[in-house]
Formats: sequence, C-alpha cells, structure tokens
Amino acid sequence: MTTITDRPVASQVSANGATGVHDRTESTWAVKRGLAQMLKGGVIMDVVTSDQAKLAEDAGACAVMALERVPADIRKSGGVARMSDPDLIRAICESVTIPVMAKARIGHFVEAQVLEALGVDYIDESEVLTPADDEFHIDKHGFKVPFVCGCRDLGEALRRVGEGAAMIRTKGEAGTGNVVEAVRHARAVLGEIRKIRSLPIEELMTEAKRLGAPYELIREIHSTGVLPVVNFAAGGIATPSDAALMMQIGVDGVFVGSGIFKSENPAKMARAIVMATTHFRDAGIVAEVSRGVGEPMRGLEVASMPAGERLASRGW
Amino acid sequence: MPTGTVNPPSTQLGWRETSFPSGTGLAIGVLAMQGAFVEHVRVLTKLGAAVREVRLPRDLDGLDGIILPGGESTTIGKLLEAWGVLVPLRRAIARGLPTWGTCAGAILMARDVTDTLPGQPLLSVMDISVRRNAFGRQVQSFETAIVIDGMDTDVPFPAMFIRAPKIESVGPDATAIATLDDGTIVAARQGTWLATSFHPELTSDTRFHAWFLDIARANLEHSLDSGFAGAAMP
Repeated sequence: MTTITDRPVASQVSANGATGVHDRTESTWAVKRGLAQMLKGGVIMDVVTSDQAKLAEDAGACAVMALERVPADIRKSGGVARMSDPDLIRAICESVTIPVMAKARIGHFVEAQVLEALGVDYIDESEVLTPADDEFHIDKHGFKVPFVCGCRDLGEALRRVGEGAAMIRTKGEAGTGNVVEAVRHARAVLGEIRKIRSLPIEELMTEAKRLGAPYELIREIHSTGVLPVVNFAAGGIATPSDAALMMQIGVDGVFVGSGIFKSENPAKMARAIVMATTHFRDAGIVAEVSRGVGEPMRGLEVASMPAGERLASRGW
Repeated sequence: MPTGTVNPPSTQLGWRETSFPSGTGLAIGVLAMQGAFVEHVRVLTKLGAAVREVRLPRDLDGLDGIILPGGESTTIGKLLEAWGVLVPLRRAIARGLPTWGTCAGAILMARDVTDTLPGQPLLSVMDISVRRNAFGRQVQSFETAIVIDGMDTDVPFPAMFIRAPKIESVGPDATAIATLDDGTIVAARQGTWLATSFHPELTSDTRFHAWFLDIARANLEHSLDSGFAGAAMP
C-alpha cells in the first residue's frame, strides 16, 4: 500500500465540504468545478429545439447549450437577446440525458435564479445575450448551480473565477464562424499563465494590479501553473480542424455554437467535430473525419466588423 | 491549495502521448475518449505507474490495468464503437484485465444500465445494475465521506457525486464495497474489477488509486506465476 500523504477527509476537498461519514453537502465548489472536469475533451453544442438536442446527443456531444437563437441568428436579427423561454429549456432538459446548459444575460441574476429553478446543469453568463448590467456581473458564489463565463484574457478569467465561475471559456467572436478571436483569447490566457509562472514572487502583486485579477488567484497560478477551473474554447469554431486547433493550443474542450446547425449537414459536422476533439493530435484522423462533412457555416471577417457589432467587448 | 484537485492545462500533462518505460512499475491505460482522464493520469503518474492514454485499439497492447474515467457515458461509448475499441477492450476485460470504472466508466462496465439511450454502446462486463443520473441533476450533486470495504483502512474516503449513477443491485459474481447511509450502493468489486459512482481522481486522496495498482500488481504476479504472462490480453 502506498503511503498516504494527504489527510483523507472530505473537508479537504472544498472549503465547505462534508466533515463526517453521514454528512452530504450539495453544490460545493469541488462539485461545481467537478462537472466541468467531466465535460473535458468534449464538445458542447448550441441547440434551439429538442430535435437538435437529440441530434447533438446522438453525435456524441458531452453537453448541450439550450437557447432560442444561435449567435449567428442573434447577430442577424438584432434587438435584445434574453434568456430562453422556460418551456423550451424544460423540453430540451427532458429530451436528452446529457447535461443541459443555458444562458443568462450578464448581470441578470434573476434570469440566473429562474434557470436554477428550472434545473439546468450549468449557467453561461454570456456576452452573446444583451447585457443587463453594464458594470457588474452576477455573484455566482450565491448559487447552487455552477456557472461558466467568457473571457478574453487572464485578468477577465480570474475576475469571473473570483465571482464564483466554476468554468471558463474564451469569448472568441460568437456567430462568425471565424476562429481568429478564440485563438487570440486562448493564447492570451495561456501566455499570461506562462508569464506568471516565471515571475519572482515580489512581482505578483503588481502583476495582479496590471491584470485586474484577484491577488490570491495570481499566487495560486504562480505555484500551480494552471487555471483553477476548466477552460474551454468558444466563439467561431466551425470545422473539425478548428476544434483540433484549439485543443492543440491547450484548451480542455470546445463549445460549438452556430458552427453545427448553420452548416450544410449538421449531423455529420457534429460527429466530425466530436471525433476531431478526441483525436486532436492525430492529423490522419482529423483528415479522415473532415471528409464529406459538407459546407461549414459561412464565416464573417472579424477585422472589418464595426466595434459595436463585436460581442466579445461585452463584460467587465 | 491541494494540487491534487487542480486541473492541469492540457499542454502540460497527459494530453501528449506519454512515453512508456518498459519494466518500471505497472503499465496502466486510461481511456481518453472524453472526460476527466487527465486527472487519473496525474494520480497514477504520481504513484509511479507508466501511464498510457487509450484512444485506439493498438493502445490496449500490453496493459496491466485500465481505468475508465468519468465523463459522458453516451459520448465515450459512441467513440469506443466508432474507433473499434469497444470489442477488443471488452475482450481484454473479460479475460481478466484489472479495470476500474469511475462514474461514466462504471456505467460502461455494468451488465445492465437503466436510463441510457437505446442502442448505446456499452462494455456490459460486470455483474451490476446501474441507473444513470440517479441522484438527479447537477444541483443535487454532492460530496460526502464513505468507508470502503476491502481497502486496508477504515478512514473515510472523500467521495464526490456528480450527476452520479447508483449501483441498484449487485449480482452473485460481484460484491458491494461501499454504501451511503441510506443503503445506496456506490462501489462494487468483482475479482480484479472495480466500479465507483464517485470520483477519487478529483480529490487529493490517492488511496483508491494505490489500491487499484495493488490489485493490478497482484494480478500481474499471479499471471507470471501461472505462466500466463499477458493472459489478460487478447
């Protein structure tokens, strides 16, 4: 028997964990973060109907994001984008056995309360919807349901973790089918982590100030070299190669929004992206699964996009 | 911060092909289709095992044991079938390969599964009946501490249940080795096979992994003694 070096009590697992054999503690930090760990290496797909949710599950999605319009349609139709209709979310929850996520507007804690009451498994406090608060995000520690939030750099990621996000994703530029922003954001987060690793300890406070990030989390990254939560890519992933690219850059999994149901053959595209995410280092397999998947969604050039149309700039 | 509960970045550990020094320690595979496989890789590596991520049939060659991680059982099952791993893996396990399934892995191992998709690919090797998502949705996920029968310690083990399955019944070939205080079976053993509803890989407590390595080592020594080295493999 290998020597046990750590104290084997559940209270070690999280701050408010169980302390005795018979105690059960729901929704601890470890359990919130743990579901994201179960999603790793997988693909989370945006769906707008129960049928799409079933198609995603059949294609091998590890979770679905229930919403009323995919980001490409939100872009097109304009207006205020809000939390989805509870009936739609319920119907999607009942139609699949995999976890169901849903989006709340930034700062709209009542939409989040409603989603929690509906029993969704994860809430995305998302810049894809129209922000409800232009200064403050939701206090996510106050909820039993875990949250995922978008980020463009490490400071933004750690502000969200500080507020209680148990999972982080890049913002990318949703609804464009253009992966360039997701690449930029993932490289920013991972590059800043590498930099913090290399700093002498006395420079960490100034680095925390520069990034606008909680000092304790900067200290933690300095010693562990990793984000304290799971980190997915999102925003513009439209092909199996896009998914494998993000995985090789170093994210833990991918969200695909418009990229599946705006492609020519959603079932084939969904399956191919799942395969490419598992075998992301095997170019032969990525090539094989990319054959005959049909046209990907039509993309948008982000560089020529007016600043007001960029969703990634939402969030503070 | 206990590093055992920290999630490693994909670039740092586990995602790259792990090299395989022959003869040093045990060769343990971790199924890497989808889910929390890097967490298992980290614990096993810490305990000195040579670890290989398993994605294709050739990755099964020469293993002394395999862990089937938590994740989405529907996703993992489909990928197992699509890449031709399902049948050779089932054969290897059936021939006695020490195998431990956590959560989704336990679902894949069970002979009988309730509340999964029709036609879902499963390994169906272990004499247990499992109900998927049996504790409810994520807001009902919880942690507690439990005692494991057969592990040479009675210090409770930290157990995280995340949209977890229940082991509804254990057939004559298997034994329940852990229950919640309401009697729900959450871990079972059948010879060299273990199934748990919870996730020792998410905690910093390495006793469960050490126990599994003991089982794999005993099995390897037994095979060598009986002149059936590699008998666990097809």
